[in-house]
Amino acid sequence: MASKIVIDPVTRIEGHLRMETEVTGGFVSNAWSTGTLFRGVEVILKNRDPRDAWMLTQRICGVCTYVHGVTSIRSVENALGLTVPDNARTVRNLLMGAQYVHDHIIHFYALHLLDWVDITRALAADPATAVTIDRQICSTRTRDAAYFTAVKDKLAGFVGSGQLGPFANGYWGHAGYKLSPEMSLVMMANYLEALRFQVQIIKMHAILGGKNPHPQSLLIGGVTPDLDFTLGRLTEFQSLCTEAKSFVDTYYLPDATAIAAIYGQPENGGYGAIGSCNNLLCFGEFPQTADEPASLFFPRGAIFGKATGNVQSVNVADITEHVARSWYEGSTPHNPAQGDTVPVYSGIDLDEKYSWLKAPRYNGQPMEVGPLARVMVAYGQGMGAMVAAVNTFLSATFLTLPQMYSTIGRTSARAIETKVIADAMADWIAELIVVKNNPLRESFTMQAAGSGVALNEAPRGALGHWLNYSDTKIDNYQMVVPSTWNFGPRDDANVAGPVEQALIGTPVANDQKPLEILRVIHSFDPCIACAVHLVNLTGDEEVNINVL
Amino acid sequence: MKEKKELECLDISFLNKGISRRDFMKYCGLVAATLGLEASFIPRIAQALEEGQRPPIVWLHFAGCTACTEAFLRSSDPFVDDIILGVASVEYHETIMAPSGQLATDRLKNALTQYAGEFICICEGAIPTADNGVYGMVGGKTMLQIAKDVCPKAKAVIALGTCASFGGLPAAEGNLTGAKSIHTALGGYPTINIPGCPPNPINLVSTIVTYLLNGEFPLLDDLGRPIFAYGTTNHSACYRRGTGVCLYDLGCRGPETYLNCSTAKFNLGSSWPVQADAPCYGCSQPDFWDKPGGFYNYNGTRGPGPL
Repeated sequence: MASKIVIDPVTRIEGHLRMETEVTGGFVSNAWSTGTLFRGVEVILKNRDPRDAWMLTQRICGVCTYVHGVTSIRSVENALGLTVPDNARTVRNLLMGAQYVHDHIIHFYALHLLDWVDITRALAADPATAVTIDRQICSTRTRDAAYFTAVKDKLAGFVGSGQLGPFANGYWGHAGYKLSPEMSLVMMANYLEALRFQVQIIKMHAILGGKNPHPQSLLIGGVTPDLDFTLGRLTEFQSLCTEAKSFVDTYYLPDATAIAAIYGQPENGGYGAIGSCNNLLCFGEFPQTADEPASLFFPRGAIFGKATGNVQSVNVADITEHVARSWYEGSTPHNPAQGDTVPVYSGIDLDEKYSWLKAPRYNGQPMEVGPLARVMVAYGQGMGAMVAAVNTFLSATFLTLPQMYSTIGRTSARAIETKVIADAMADWIAELIVVKNNPLRESFTMQAAGSGVALNEAPRGALGHWLNYSDTKIDNYQMVVPSTWNFGPRDDANVAGPVEQALIGTPVANDQKPLEILRVIHSFDPCIACAVHLVNLTGDEEVNINVL
Repeated sequence: MKEKKELECLDISFLNKGISRRDFMKYCGLVAATLGLEASFIPRIAQALEEGQRPPIVWLHFAGCTACTEAFLRSSDPFVDDIILGVASVEYHETIMAPSGQLATDRLKNALTQYAGEFICICEGAIPTADNGVYGMVGGKTMLQIAKDVCPKAKAVIALGTCASFGGLPAAEGNLTGAKSIHTALGGYPTINIPGCPPNPINLVSTIVTYLLNGEFPLLDDLGRPIFAYGTTNHSACYRRGTGVCLYDLGCRGPETYLNCSTAKFNLGSSWPVQADAPCYGCSQPDFWDKPGGFYNYNGTRGPGPL
């Protein structure tokens, strides 16, 4: 006998998401993912100067800040045939890297952690034992019993006040929580530390970007900083990189590893076997020279059927976007570079249309994008730093490589790649300091008409912007965005999207407190403001995205 | 001082939550500076917070991008963990709250009854109004309906960010959703507007502290913006004003932008756009996305600029 669970709103994400699942015999048997907000930024972009587009596109998302700005700038640079100076490329890599470090830490602690940690268990912890656990998680931690007593008292006072604020109505006491009281206290201490740490570390964006959220230093042809681009400021940035690396190595990665070691075990829920997708797609990121994709630090590639050892090359011409099950007019396949799209809301009909998200497909297949895709593509291609970090993780958790294709693998991949990026940023800033007097931007002559495409990897996954303009006005602006890949609905062949497939088989102990379902959803780090957009301006059933 | 219902004594709450007295006084100092108060006000702010109630907050997300919430997370002195665990009682906030679905919606319902007339409603994002508001829905209700249900029950409604204050990006020219500011979508409802894309969090926190201090919200300009933050232009206090490195010729909108970025700065006072040689584009002004002429003058140069 089947029951239905509707989770609306899904919280601890970005944006507006509704998830409906059918549960049969205590396991998810079907799922339908719905984005419930439409803004239509692509329509708003029409007729505007393409050089200004990045300022608007950056407001696609304030959690994934920066990324839509840089991809838009790059689409114009691509249209103009412009290569930015090396220092501009490095600054952009550092801004992108800082975004990854900051964004992933916030996700793990502020958005995801309460899925794995029962805050009420922390109240039963013995602070002295918590010290032992803390140092088992990472031997370089130095916190003492007084520290953990203070955290415990802070939490107890808060809970005891009866006003639990954002922690009220949590699924506390759910049998699916498996951490000891002491480990729960350690994790809650780190939840608070992370909230404090992220304020500090994002100064990196202020130094090179002017501010965060929504840094402002992007420019076609490079980046703007000039008078403030001093040795003092770059040294300050370098110090922040050191702090970031320290936090990732001491707190974030060890915490993620500890949680994976516990929840990956079958007796604790077996999250190394729940929430799996078969296919991964990665455009690659962090170009080291003007040569892309060859110089991408995170390589480009696609994996089908979990065949990590058989990474395929990526041809963006094979990307299609379906609207069969989405609230747009649809008719026949058409080139996305022409036409108009009309949003048509018809209510949630699970057998017809049920989402503002479209359904991107690659070679007709649904593809997971994001940290797991980057990590496995890099691993499969033998990238040294990634292979080492993944192998270290697998040894510590007794998980196997195939088990990376899972909820806990995805969450852990996010931490693993943060370590690799934080390590690399130390090198990039050191090099930049040596050559800091070299140009940061290149002048350009605007052309009245053109087409461009830019591919990036935002923290949540593969991102592409496609631009067509004439008379210095945008005719058509297309975006295929990470969370659209992950959270899109069925396609015209009725093949479910990645999260819809990943949820199948998830156990549900209590329909009223669907903790297990949220663990899978949150492992993808949803960003629904990003995900909902108009891609096809013709209102077609199927859209071919061509490299222009 | 208006009579206030004692929900909880903040003094105990601060001590219990491990916020040191030193940190607490430091935060009062920063808020005082932002509000333009003399140093002698600092003990009064501390006293108000210690003896006053812990204000309940209901935070609603509409057609936005969540940058305003992220900006709030960047708060310093007080830091966001101090705010959500100490200064305020955040009853509903979809980005950070533990429950999802019905158990989350129950929290909103609970706040409307338990704290009717007392809670501060912070709205982020514009409200889609076309086609009966179907372009934005939460929990099966339109954002428009949610705003109509919640805002009138609040002590005050703060429209955080330019989208909530004036419509912002979703309301820009060409939009299909009829996105409107909170004020307009609700037919002229009085809101305290804290625009910016996103706003400096110090402006939000200072507004709330003013309420705790005085029992009233700060004085507003004719666009509903607190004068302490939006009463002067970015240009008026810009460190490049009158120098040979002014960005005005590049398209800087500092002279027409009522905002305090040039003094408050961002991210622990680290920087602001002009300091990164990025011209201001006036993000606290209504309809700034649609101002004719675009944002930058790509043929411009740094130079003397207006005084």
